Amino acid sequence: MISEPKEPGLTQLTGETVVRVERLSKVYRIGATQLRHNTLRDALVSTLKRTGKGGNSGTLRALDNVSFEVRRGEVVGLIGRNGAGKSTLLKVLSRITEPTEGRAEIRGRVASLLEVGTGFHPELTGRENIYLNGAILGMRRTEIAAKFDEIVEFAEIERFLDTPVKRYSSGMYVRLAFAVAAHLEPEILLVDEVLAVGDAAFQDRCLGKMGDVARSGRTVLFVSHNLGAIKRLCPRSIWVDSGRIARIGTSGDIIGAYLDSAGSHGGSWQPNDESHDAQARSVTVCAMNMLTKAGSRASRFQMDESFSIEVAYSVLSSLENLRVGFTITADDGTVVFESKDTDPADYGRSYAAGNYTARCHVPGNLLNAGRYYVTLIVDRPHQELLFRRDQALSFAIQATDGAGLRAGDTRLGLVRPILEWSCEDTLEEARQQNADS
Amino acid sequence: MLRTSDRAAAVTTSVERPRTAASLTIIEPTRGIASLQLRALWEYRELLGFLAWRDIKVRYKQTALGIAWIALQPLLSTVVFTLVFGVLLEVPTNGAPYALFSLAALVPWHYFAGSLSRVGTGLVSSSNLITKVYFPRLVIPLSGVLSTLVDFAVGFAVLLILVFVYRVPLTPNVLWLPLFLLLAIVAALGFGLWLAALNVKYRDVNYLIPFLLQLWMYATPVVYGATLIPEEMRWLMALNPMTAVVEGFRWCLLSGTMLVAPSSAPLVLLSAGISLTVLVTGIVFFRNTEKTFADLV
Repeated sequence: MISEPKEPGLTQLTGETVVRVERLSKVYRIGATQLRHNTLRDALVSTLKRTGKGGNSGTLRALDNVSFEVRRGEVVGLIGRNGAGKSTLLKVLSRITEPTEGRAEIRGRVASLLEVGTGFHPELTGRENIYLNGAILGMRRTEIAAKFDEIVEFAEIERFLDTPVKRYSSGMYVRLAFAVAAHLEPEILLVDEVLAVGDAAFQDRCLGKMGDVARSGRTVLFVSHNLGAIKRLCPRSIWVDSGRIARIGTSGDIIGAYLDSAGSHGGSWQPNDESHDAQARSVTVCAMNMLTKAGSRASRFQMDESFSIEVAYSVLSSLENLRVGFTITADDGTVVFESKDTDPADYGRSYAAGNYTARCHVPGNLLNAGRYYVTLIVDRPHQELLFRRDQALSFAIQATDGAGLRAGDTRLGLVRPILEWSCEDTLEEARQQNADS
Repeated sequence: MLRTSDRAAAVTTSVERPRTAASLTIIEPTRGIASLQLRALWEYRELLGFLAWRDIKVRYKQTALGIAWIALQPLLSTVVFTLVFGVLLEVPTNGAPYALFSLAALVPWHYFAGSLSRVGTGLVSSSNLITKVYFPRLVIPLSGVLSTLVDFAVGFAVLLILVFVYRVPLTPNVLWLPLFLLLAIVAALGFGLWLAALNVKYRDVNYLIPFLLQLWMYATPVVYGATLIPEEMRWLMALNPMTAVVEGFRWCLLSGTMLVAPSSAPLVLLSAGISLTVLVTGIVFFRNTEKTFADLV
């Protein structure tokens, strides 16, 4: 049903359809018993947002009449807000949960990677966990044995192979977990936001590995908040919104359209009732604003103008190790930078119940002219994500003529710092040196 | 777009493809009674093995005595029961030494109790797997009864040693032993499946299981013999499948001092019938609630 224009590289992929999804719906019944368990949060919290909208009271349509097709060898990105239904879709396609209506057909061996290190046991050694995790992901013992050395090498844990993984650093743990997953060889791979772990260098290697997988002709469905990665890896993308497919097309178009719709809030944002439901019980975000130096709200700044981003939140019960931060993204999805309120102190602080406002001062002469988005993230580092709002704010930086720049003098790049330059007359110096000698 | 066919949620069938031997997976809502999924279970036999192996491996990690605990658990219970019921209360054992009399019952009982609680809580404690990966969910309860067999083997070895120590002659009755073990497995799996599926929705089961097992042990002739019960009441005891298992073990190993005579075969059959019924209904119940596990757990 989707035959949007394809990128040139895709035209040879006239392959058969390997994933066919027809009018798939998933309805969650929200009863007291279901909400009681914390573990449900993953699946539900995000989707709770839509309670009020559509659907009967007490039920919520996490997926609503979703249809699409994917051909052999395609790498397709799935984007959308938290709770839009992306993860639910992957769960249904992975057969973890059953759809309520509709049908999907998948041709070929499927592996899903919804988390790295599923089934890892802290008491078992690296070697044992490789076998266990491999089996859980659907690999045969012989397959794991054949790939064992490669996995160990990729994870760089040779020396700790026989150490229980509970003694691993979190970096080693993630590397090992990803290494096992990366050596799966399914025909169809479903991946959910697994790259959001590990350090930047390792994330790059993971993306590289994903690229290899994509190039080796396997079919991949890839969910990520990292729009830059989606753009790089996936020629085509599906934008999921409120359980429905909002648009399908080339990733460039889809990301643009998605950001456009997301950025409608401008320089200030207040959660409405829906997003309140999605918030963790311990913290509620009340408002997020962008302010000029003078303190008035704005969503348009001059290039050399400083501004601040302010997050007002309530802590409902005293909480330790809380961290508020944001990510600034350019309009092609590239992350420009991230900042956390804990940056000076390194660790989250403890909060008593009450209302707080965190304010971050962003200097002028930092961002280049263009449109940017602010994603709000409230979490407890290494413990839990409390709240995330993708592209909560959008703002524009306008080219200025001040500070040594003439109007119309454009620069490439996302940042446009004013750096110090010096210039000496080297000819004069040389002449003097000659005279001296 | 609902299909009318009664197809299981995910039927995997091999379809001949020219380019690759790709399998076709159909995902749709289950209607009617879910199939047993024997083929899928067979495909996941390695995972079953790995999960059972993980259980065994992890269970006694970081314990000073390690695997010795497997042997110590029934031995320590035997010592306590021998003191209380054998020496103080002088429970009649039809001539068998009380230690042997109780250990012969404790070994299968420990197997049953261990399996039942492992199967009953297995789904919930594996929730991280259930919400992240697909595999036939029956693998988890099956790995529970499987991994407990290792404990059983060790306990049984200790029991055999004790049999030789007391110089009790082995008789051909021993050949019936595997059947009684099978009965214990069937009972543990059957009741366990019911509890496991209920536990997903009602965490109360977690609290219920230890209490249930304690009551159940005293309802089963573990510390006493079935002969203590009046003859006309024994059929009531047979409603509890573990009676047949426990008395069966004694009959196989201590036949000279027998309690369950061949004449009680109908009672054993009654126990077996009940176990099988619980197992079959347990599987049906489990398979039909399975689709909600990932949403509820």
